[in-house]
Amino acid sequence: MKPPRFDYLVPRTQDEALAMLAEHGERAKLLAGGQSLIPLLNFRLVQPEALVDINRIADLAYVRERNGGLAVGALTRQHALERSETVRRRLPILAEACRLIGHLPIRHRGTVGGNLAHADPASELPAVMLALDAEFVVVAKGARRMLAARDFFTGVLSTALRPGELLAEIRLPGLPPRTGAAFVEMARRAGDFALVGVAALLTLDAAGRCQQARLALCGVGPTPIRASEAERVLIGEAPRGAALEAAAERAVAATDPPSDIHGSAEFRRKLARYFTRQALETDAQRAGGV
Amino acid sequence: MPRTVPIKLTVNGVQHELAVEPRRLLVDVLREDLALTGTHVGCEHGVCGTCTVLVNGESARSCLMFAVGADGAEILTVEGLGQGARLHPLQEAFREAQGLQCGFCTPAMLMVAYELLQQNPSPSEEEIREAISANLCRCTGYQSIVEAVQLAAARHAVAGAR
Repeated sequence: MKPPRFDYLVPRTQDEALAMLAEHGERAKLLAGGQSLIPLLNFRLVQPEALVDINRIADLAYVRERNGGLAVGALTRQHALERSETVRRRLPILAEACRLIGHLPIRHRGTVGGNLAHADPASELPAVMLALDAEFVVVAKGARRMLAARDFFTGVLSTALRPGELLAEIRLPGLPPRTGAAFVEMARRAGDFALVGVAALLTLDAAGRCQQARLALCGVGPTPIRASEAERVLIGEAPRGAALEAAAERAVAATDPPSDIHGSAEFRRKLARYFTRQALETDAQRAGGV
Repeated sequence: MPRTVPIKLTVNGVQHELAVEPRRLLVDVLREDLALTGTHVGCEHGVCGTCTVLVNGESARSCLMFAVGADGAEILTVEGLGQGARLHPLQEAFREAQGLQCGFCTPAMLMVAYELLQQNPSPSEEEIREAISANLCRCTGYQSIVEAVQLAAARHAVAGAR
């Protein structure tokens, strides 16, 4: 099918975009990379009255160092994040996860903010944002608020964004020394949505025990899931054997995976266990290598 | 009457000024308004890849872009690879290695292969497979496509082409 008719609005600045969003409210949709929205339009699953195309707002696309971490403009293309030297130096897990989003033609167009605002439960970046304790700068006409990643994802394709709001920037805190971070997933074909994906971070102390652990999974529930229990059992433990096994078990217990044509819930639970262990093992190696 | 928007596209080096409805997909404008029917329409939701073209030198799904969003862009389609009746060396390699098969996925396979070889003139088999994994082939004949790209790489068919 073909997209329905809509009023096409092309703001040149963020303020212009916010004014348009304020005017049209719930009847408007933001168009960023369009790699999720345009299929929905093509199938007429969404029929907004107005599309606000923010692609010409050049100053919404950037990657900057900020307080030892990063600030990423929402319109940054996924491929730009993947090949950013700043990302590779500061938070290589971001590049690692980006590389697994769709295929190269999708990542050329797809944006970081669009991916997060679309909130697909199988998508990689939302889980990474949860694990990195990201904060989102959300703006509206005359207003601005900060939202923690853990409060952002509210359900399948649902976020805490309100009509009129625009996700403008993603802030990622820096990581302490001796931290390893990894993203691993299983997909049916390179570039497909993950059946299960795991984002994991470990910070080791001088004795090589886990000082901090952060674990988030995608594809195993209506939103990305932070496995807090699994994080707790790792603290004070050496990152191997029984401790990793216990963490993987707790991580699986935190999931509520769907069954569909691509795999049963039971299969996804097995994958969650396996990939949690694998991600943590990779973390431990990377943390030790610092 | 649907409202149209004036846009400029440079397609295969030729400038076009068009008036398009905002909801028109880039692939439909290429095929219907510019009669460049080498780019194919498949799934229209970004999975099959048959509509892949290069936009400002980067591969993109032309079914997941509005033509208005491509205003001012330079686009390369399969018609822009060869010169008139003369095939591009990459196309020659596809013919020789039998990477063509039914032909439906071929234009997009050529575009992603062209992009890959531009950036990486001697890719490994795995890198070729990853690049073409963006495109579905319903003949499931990926092996001969991989071989075609390998043949083109061995002949330096794309290096320095643009």
